[in-house]
Amino acid sequence: MTDQAIRVEHLVKKFDGFTAVNDISFNVSAGEIFAFLGPNGAGKSTTIKMLTTLLRPTSGQIRINGFDPTREQNKVRQSFGIVFQDPSLDDELTAHENMEFHGMLYRVPSQLRKSRIKELLDIVELWDRRNHLVKTFSGGMKRRLEIARGLLHHPSIFFLDEPTLGLDPQTRNQLWNYILNLNKTKQITVFFTTHYMEEAERMAQRIAIIDHGKIIAHGTATELKVQTHTSSLEEAFLSLTGRAIREEEASGLDKMRLRRQMWRRH
Amino acid sequence: MLAIYVLWLRQLKRYVRSRSRIIGSLGQPILFLVALGFGLGPVFRRAGNGNYIDFLAPGVIAQGILFTAIFSGIELVWDRQFGFLKETLVAPVSRMSIMIGRTLGGATIATMQGMVVFLLTLVIGFRPYSLAHLPLFIVLMFLISLFFTAVGTTIASLLEDFQGFQLIMNFLVMPLFFLSGALFPLSGLSPVLTLITQINPLAYGVDGLRGALIHSSHFGIGLDIAVLAGLSVIMLTVGSYFFSRIEV
Ligand SMILES: Nc1ncnc2c1ncn2[C@@H]1O[C@H](COP(=O)(O)OP(=O)(O)OP(=O)(O)O)[C@@H](O)[C@H]1O
Ligand SMILES: [Mg+2]
Repeated sequence: MTDQAIRVEHLVKKFDGFTAVNDISFNVSAGEIFAFLGPNGAGKSTTIKMLTTLLRPTSGQIRINGFDPTREQNKVRQSFGIVFQDPSLDDELTAHENMEFHGMLYRVPSQLRKSRIKELLDIVELWDRRNHLVKTFSGGMKRRLEIARGLLHHPSIFFLDEPTLGLDPQTRNQLWNYILNLNKTKQITVFFTTHYMEEAERMAQRIAIIDHGKIIAHGTATELKVQTHTSSLEEAFLSLTGRAIREEEASGLDKMRLRRQMWRRH
Repeated sequence: MLAIYVLWLRQLKRYVRSRSRIIGSLGQPILFLVALGFGLGPVFRRAGNGNYIDFLAPGVIAQGILFTAIFSGIELVWDRQFGFLKETLVAPVSRMSIMIGRTLGGATIATMQGMVVFLLTLVIGFRPYSLAHLPLFIVLMFLISLFFTAVGTTIASLLEDFQGFQLIMNFLVMPLFFLSGALFPLSGLSPVLTLITQINPLAYGVDGLRGALIHSSHFGIGLDIAVLAGLSVIMLTVGSYFFSRIEV
């Protein structure tokens, strides 16, 4: 075992000539909470997909707990849990069935599966709703269920791609309490992406600011402020990128997501 | 193995729960049986071809299977757009087992749907000549299901979204059905139509079902089974290849 949970060197991803991730390098120590902060289209999700075996890098090196996601896929997959940016639950199944199937896919023995499902659904306060179909859940409940599901096989690294996007402040706080608590009690390494400044500042021990596929700065929130001679992360970001993190108008991607959600309800 | 079972079970649970889908999908078979069965029945009989309902029933069962199988294969597009596919792709299981589990699940529900349509045809007046071939009938239904679910999955692996869906219905599924001999006998057709039915996989399915239920088969049940089994193996291989290349 190494104490670097994630090691990335000169990682590049090109889509038909368009460079989405452009030569990034960073490390995340075991037990650390690490934030990827960046605007829409910065390359956050693309990076997560490469770290989690869903996309092959165009070039560069990745090590997840010492394993290479392009060659030792199953070892890597066993070692992380993930909450995707877009929901990935089966709506036609109950909360409990979603958990149960996840546990089976990850070969968690049935006795252990049972007790962990109970424990996790209790933590995210969904035990009482376990036999309800997921399609009857609110956005916040679905997120909570995804978090519980992602932790069922006791991963050592937890990836969260914009975990609080679109949730109200109260639900956001509640979610972070679960995550911080898990980080403390189980020493889980947390890698999350966000475009909320205050979320990065409050939750992460270290932050990497990514824009147009490049990491333009990284360090603790304090270091970033000192580096840029600014007094808030907001200003630091502005000074590094020359613009605010998110234009008020919804981006094309956000509109697409909204359309999907409407489709889904059709 | 466990992964195959999980994905199979998931399809099954979804099917059993979608009661409105099951009932809704009985509309077309009823329409065909009533409109064609009773409408064209007298003409069919006068032409010396016997009872049209008995002739039609296996064709309508095959149609129910075809639609359910293609749909459950295409459901992959849905899972890809709305995320559940990603949950399976990051799990420590092979793509091959995901593909096989999904396809077996789809094939199982298509077979169940075929059984439901079969029961419906009994209600409407279909009388199989004997039930001795019931196991054979089920095997044939499963082979048709397997092949067309694999076709649906393969197509879905190549589609990004639902844009192409209407195209597939109009230019693949409908022609497969109407040119399969589900509605008319295969003997005495024009050379062009004969050729078309000979290269239509569903024709072997319909023919096999007819062989099992009313003991009249044009190609011979042995050939029907061989063709369907061979095509299923080919399609599963092709499908697995395309499925393994999906990126999300
Ligand atoms: N499969 C793909 N094919 C082509 N381009 C892609 C693909 N996936 C992502 N991109 C492009 O790569 C860039 C980075 O996308 P990515 O999803 O990583 O951004 P992000 O930082 O996660 O943004 P957001 O905050 O909107 O989620 C975008 O310009 C996007 O359009
Ligand atoms: Mg993203």
